[in-house]
Amino acid sequence: MPYFGSEETVKELKRALSNPNIQSDRLRYRNYIFRVIRSMTQGLDVSALFMEMVKASATVDIVQKKLVYLYMCTYASLKPDLVLLAINTLRKDCADPNPMVRGLALRNMCNLRMPGITEYIQQPIMTGLRDKAPYVRRVAVLGCAKMQRLQTLTEIDATIVNELYGMLRDPDPVVMVNCLRALEEILQAEGGVVINKPIAHHLLNRLKDLDSWAQSEVLTFLLRYRPRSEDELFDILSLLDGFLQSGHTPVLAATLRLFLQLAAEHPAVQVDALVRARGPLLNACGAQSRELRFAGLCHVQKILKSQPGQYGAHYKRFFCSYSEPSYIKFRKIEILVELVNDENVGLVLEELRGYCTDVSLELAQAAIAAIGRIGRMYSEKCLDILTGLLGLKQEHITSAVVQTFRDLTWHCPQSTVLVCRAVEGCEETIQDAEGKQALLWLLGVHGGKINSAPYVLEGYINGLKSEMSSAVKVELLTAAVQLFLVRPAEMQDMLGRLLQYCIEEESDMCVRDRAILSYRLLQCGVAETRRVIQGPESDPSMGVIIGRPEEPVSNWVSTFNTLTPLCGRVTSPEPTTSGCTNHTTQNVVADPLAGTSEETEVYTPEDKQGVIGMSLGPTLLHEDFERLWLELKLSLRENLGFPGPRSSPETLQAALQLVKMQTLAFSRADTLPWKAYIYTHCSGTLVLAELLQPTAEPESDGMVLSIKQKPEDRQVLQEFVAVLKTVLQTLIKGTS
Amino acid sequence: MISQVFILTTSGDHLIYKDFRGEAGVDAIRTFYEAVTALSGDQPPVVMSHKGMHFVHVKQGGLYWAASTKSNPSPFTVIEFLNRLAALTKDYCGSLSEKSVRMNFALIYELLDEMVDYGYIQTTSTDMLKNFIQTETMSSKPFSLFELGNVGLFGAETQQSKVAPSAATSRPLMFTRGDQGGNEIFVDVIERLSVIIGSNGVVMKADIEGEIRVKCYLPGCSEMRIGLNEELSIGKSQLRGYGMAVRMDECSFHQAVKLDEFDAYRILKICPSQGEQTVMQYQLCDDLPCAPPFRLFPTVERDIGNRLLIYLKLRCDLSPKSVALNVSVTLPIPKGSVSLSQELSSPDQSAELQSKNKALQWDIPRFPGGAQLSALFKLEVPGLSSASLQEVGPVSLCFELPKHTCTGLQVRFLRLTPTQPGSSQRWVRYVTHSDSYTIRI
Repeated sequence: MPYFGSEETVKELKRALSNPNIQSDRLRYRNYIFRVIRSMTQGLDVSALFMEMVKASATVDIVQKKLVYLYMCTYASLKPDLVLLAINTLRKDCADPNPMVRGLALRNMCNLRMPGITEYIQQPIMTGLRDKAPYVRRVAVLGCAKMQRLQTLTEIDATIVNELYGMLRDPDPVVMVNCLRALEEILQAEGGVVINKPIAHHLLNRLKDLDSWAQSEVLTFLLRYRPRSEDELFDILSLLDGFLQSGHTPVLAATLRLFLQLAAEHPAVQVDALVRARGPLLNACGAQSRELRFAGLCHVQKILKSQPGQYGAHYKRFFCSYSEPSYIKFRKIEILVELVNDENVGLVLEELRGYCTDVSLELAQAAIAAIGRIGRMYSEKCLDILTGLLGLKQEHITSAVVQTFRDLTWHCPQSTVLVCRAVEGCEETIQDAEGKQALLWLLGVHGGKINSAPYVLEGYINGLKSEMSSAVKVELLTAAVQLFLVRPAEMQDMLGRLLQYCIEEESDMCVRDRAILSYRLLQCGVAETRRVIQGPESDPSMGVIIGRPEEPVSNWVSTFNTLTPLCGRVTSPEPTTSGCTNHTTQNVVADPLAGTSEETEVYTPEDKQGVIGMSLGPTLLHEDFERLWLELKLSLRENLGFPGPRSSPETLQAALQLVKMQTLAFSRADTLPWKAYIYTHCSGTLVLAELLQPTAEPESDGMVLSIKQKPEDRQVLQEFVAVLKTVLQTLIKGTS
Repeated sequence: MISQVFILTTSGDHLIYKDFRGEAGVDAIRTFYEAVTALSGDQPPVVMSHKGMHFVHVKQGGLYWAASTKSNPSPFTVIEFLNRLAALTKDYCGSLSEKSVRMNFALIYELLDEMVDYGYIQTTSTDMLKNFIQTETMSSKPFSLFELGNVGLFGAETQQSKVAPSAATSRPLMFTRGDQGGNEIFVDVIERLSVIIGSNGVVMKADIEGEIRVKCYLPGCSEMRIGLNEELSIGKSQLRGYGMAVRMDECSFHQAVKLDEFDAYRILKICPSQGEQTVMQYQLCDDLPCAPPFRLFPTVERDIGNRLLIYLKLRCDLSPKSVALNVSVTLPIPKGSVSLSQELSSPDQSAELQSKNKALQWDIPRFPGGAQLSALFKLEVPGLSSASLQEVGPVSLCFELPKHTCTGLQVRFLRLTPTQPGSSQRWVRYVTHSDSYTIRI
């Protein structure tokens, strides 16, 4: 960041550094150099002092030398011509009798990142590789990698590569590891350093001499090696066995990954390794450093995917401590949900119950959701706790509990009766939109079993004018229609009022359209409405709950001990928490398309996200579409592999509109080539699409889909294509 | 491999910035700082990514210690490295604070230069580094061993039962001058206690994580023998000796520890290098050898009107010789609480209502073993209902127990071979901290 008066400072420093009086006083001179470095760190541009600093590098004072070198490395690329002045000093230092000076000079000379430096550093590096001091050799070996990086275009120097492979046998362990690192960089284009049998065995034998940093790195390099025979494999594993118990977490994690990967074909060995590494990993989860704790927890979570039973007995290690930051607490809650079993469920639930009243709203809601997830297997105990929480009459708690109830009845129909009893009377406490939606969903789907359902809906309908969220209004419409089918006498009057208000006074188009749709549907008669509106009350894909599927180790082992497990979002979005509104929507969408067929009644859950994101949005005029179509680059062209639907264009248009895609223009049904233009707004992008059926033979090749998008967003594009395909396929099925 | 390392203050000032690979510019710091300050509670802040750069950071001493990288390295390595860097900085500068880092930036640059080359960790051991580090430490105030402002935090019971000042270890290592006061070695046994006690008084969880830490100022020390309790047993099945056995479930040792006499005599042999290192780590789960140090007997009642009465009786179950320091009791209270009045048993205690956390905090600076303290709190809660009572609790305690280990682990003796010339000072100190001590109501 620029500081005020920075120019003044630079001028002052320049004056001081070139003052002969100061130059002769070692301490004062050094102090001024300190000030230069301090300004540099703070972000001040002090490159104008380069000349003075070069002069300061010719000194016997090593501290001063180090600081000047740091300065030169930072600004070398800005002042390449001035750097050359320093080269002589550096080269002279490379021949100094003191190995520390030699190493220092060589390291910094290689760090000068500027074009044309290579011709000066090549010779010192080659000498450095044969230096008798290991310190200099370490620097020289990495120097080779730096040199290669500076001259990317030139061929790889085979002599250097051979030399480095030879130096893997260097007596100094750091030199050996540096050779691996340098070779890895130099040979990057060819896939990195080759670990063959002699090298692998050499590395394994040297492993004990290395410090823990080097150990974990060598273990990572060894991942590349594939043992030739079973005997060799088990020899290696027994050699590594001790490292599984290492107290140094990086070594432990690297060893564990190597074990899992080497023993990919011996699941029993993998399980054994995981058991042996459990203790040290648990220690990492309780380490004093919070960051280390977090890393440990993220990796335990991976392991739990394959071995949920393994940590069950150690559930207390994952109880949150009150001083922990929330990102650790969230992970711990997730882990508790995953390792729950018959023995520990009672205590885990009691612990989670404690978090529900936490000061942090997010934590409380996460804990409630966690209880809900455990409830899919142990519904009775969880329902007791959740019902108890409703008694607190706290806004955020009640809202989270009702959302959890909704998910629970969807996944676990046997809990419905208790849920219906519990939700009565909690409408007063719920204030936020998500909670209201969840409650309305429950009232709509299970309204027959909730005595007060019509009165609650009446309350919402009376307060419609002050309701802000359109999602709540849409949910209210659905719920009212659904409840009308079950309890017509109580609902008829208020449903009429609701529809009238929504059609005549509502300004939000989504709500209005939904009201009109509902109205017309009701005009078709009760039987028809029932067929369309009433979907399944619980997740039809869930049969009897069988234990959690165990993921094979190979699914996650490639990311084990990398940053990836730590990067993911803490609270993985549950596929249903946001999507329940759409269960009913889906049925509305699916039915008219499917005609009378039963099998297309429910879409697969993957489609949901796509439908959610899209909106008809502002209407696009023909001219605008044409202009955009010509302007934009083609984002995607794909042969769909199936012919166009034979249904009437109106059906197509209606079907697409239901998934929020607007049809702009299409050719008549039997013309060839047949074309249709579609657009939609989706997560801030505009997607334009063209469907083209070139020939009459539907079997020969399918429709061609071309998509243009503004601005580009790959994910949206994929969702769009997925949704469009589903719609078209459904149409084909419906008409054929 | 690490691309850059930087140290920032919480207000975003750059204290140290070193670019090892030239892969990204100084802008990376700003990107990092913006990302780290924009974090809300629910994101994992340890690793952050921005345009192919990953930032890993740890927070220590009120500073961000961050590393950026373009590859996908082991998170454990990077985190441990940053922790090690912070620990070394502490060793060299005496303490870890913005001020000490600012004053010793040249030294930290020098350290970084020797620790990492081209993004690869070269060495982090003080034995190796001390040969290369030339800059002298700038200490904010001259150190004096006799500055006894803070006596009593730790106790030392070896030797002449002198007391080592707790500030004694916040002193830079002086490699260049080994004469004055440099002949000391500290062995600390530190335990962290996490306990959950249910509302019925049953201990639901009790874990101890302990470590033996050696901080060595001796310029040259060939071997040190640390003798632990002979009746120490490790694992569930093994039992040694008779009477009060000291038990631990698992333990692990520093690479350099020689264990040939451990099985028979419980002696650790190590050649300590200068600076601080953790020699042994151990855990004990679910089975405290003694009663948990604190018991709470709470009573929560509704008084007339909107008043809530909370009566807390806290008993310290330590032996009368021990004492607990800086005990702080935090009790979550109903959201609507507006005012608090209290009756405490002695004037040095204090209690306050923390409206931000919706909790009341009761601080007891000194709590002797065997004593029982009580406090009465009256809370004004408008709209008090029976549901509000459920919002009270759980109580969490923070404290420090000097001269006490919950496992009972003791250092029997501490011998240096060959015997150091001159007067070498050996200190053994014990302390137990509360990692998380929760009592449900």
